[in-house]
Amino acid sequence: MSENQASRYELNKQLAQMLKGGVIMDVTTPEQAKIAEAAGACAVMALERIPADIRAAGGVSRMSDPKMIKGIQEAVSIPVMAKCRIGHFVEAQILEAIEIDYIDESEVLSPADNVYHIDKHQFKVPFVCGARDLGEALRRIAEGASMIRTKGEPGTGDVVQAVQHMRKINGQIAKVASLQTDELFEAAKELQVPYDLVQYVHDNRRLPVVNFAAGGVATPADAALMMQLGAEGVFVGSGIFKSGNPEKRAAAIVQSVTNYKDADLIARLSEDLGEAMVGINEDEISILMAERGK
Amino acid sequence: MKIGVLAVQGAFIEHEKVLSELGAECVELRKAEDLQADFEGLVLPGGESTVQGKLLRDSNMFANLQQRIADGLPVLATCAGMILLAEKLEGDTVSHFATMPIAVKRNAYGRQLGSFHRDENFKGLGKIPMTFIRAPYVVEAGEGTEILAKVDGHIVAARYKNQLALAFHPELDKDRHIHKLFLDMIGKTA
Repeated sequence: MSENQASRYELNKQLAQMLKGGVIMDVTTPEQAKIAEAAGACAVMALERIPADIRAAGGVSRMSDPKMIKGIQEAVSIPVMAKCRIGHFVEAQILEAIEIDYIDESEVLSPADNVYHIDKHQFKVPFVCGARDLGEALRRIAEGASMIRTKGEPGTGDVVQAVQHMRKINGQIAKVASLQTDELFEAAKELQVPYDLVQYVHDNRRLPVVNFAAGGVATPADAALMMQLGAEGVFVGSGIFKSGNPEKRAAAIVQSVTNYKDADLIARLSEDLGEAMVGINEDEISILMAERGK
Repeated sequence: MKIGVLAVQGAFIEHEKVLSELGAECVELRKAEDLQADFEGLVLPGGESTVQGKLLRDSNMFANLQQRIADGLPVLATCAGMILLAEKLEGDTVSHFATMPIAVKRNAYGRQLGSFHRDENFKGLGKIPMTFIRAPYVVEAGEGTEILAKVDGHIVAARYKNQLALAFHPELDKDRHIHKLFLDMIGKTA
């Protein structure tokens, strides 16, 4: 990495730090983006179809129309993120060209490459990537991701996978932190990641970048659950605009993330939210998106 | 010395780490009850000002903190914090605490591609590292506002009485001058 790249990478990790304690919401129109911003979203993810609809529609799912993304950029003052397919570095180049604030190299879209992820060091804009375990998280970071999220199982309204990924990552971090220094080389081999990243995790007892929860979060309680399990913030996809009262639910999830240990408040926030997204159970679905890109 | 750190959203833990390292005790402010702690200074951290402004009001902390700032509680405000203090936001009809006579331009350097790091002069401290993340700057400073730093002609740090506002993030760099300056401000008020 050149000095310039290194400094850009620091700035990109630091933007993620500013998003902490916040909720990033999926939106498909400028109107939804404004609702999300007014409800207290710290950033929005601009996409043509939310994951639940992507799952329902089937077929190949690609980067959104840049014009649609630009409409959302103009509608709000908070950071705007957008998704590109795993390994599709040209979609990423396009998103960088329209000055997106964060690119999500996402398993929710159809993968463009079954082997390689994007070399994210070649970009000035930051990337967030999904991870189910510590090995995946550190491989994405080695490739240049400046933020990590759990993969969850998007579009299901079922939080079970996000919980599993968050517990696994944090459990593995605790294990690495407890190792003797001479055992770290073997840990790097087992995790299939560079030694220096394992050393960082050992010394700091955390990932070198911010870690958010994503996938299946549908209620204030789901969001607070992920925060209590160690997430530094939450992505909410289909859960908001697939529910009965998006404004109210969005605002309630935002407050729940800030006060994630305050059960009295979360109880009040959970009242009268209207219908939650119906959801599908993890074992009822045929495509496990979390299996994409390892 | 006890310092209240607004902890509704953003990079508040980074400030707490620096302040603890300098020997101060931090209390996180998330809800109205937290304001009962007797803190002698207030930190308004970086994050998203729209989110923080909303949560300050939703949690019923807004009026109390606004009054205490107006009454002279020393404040260190970084990035989003500066936006919360500003009397006026360019191109926007809303403002938040509006306790500092400055007009601020949000996202003044554009989107994330415009974020940058620089070493620049800060009045009385010499050159210090400054990290700007989708940062604002001050477009107008009213009477009684002392300008402390400029970058490329734009005001990025200013002080008005008890309020120290920065467009950049001293909590992200290793230099401790700004936080020491803030603790000195509290020492002199006490």
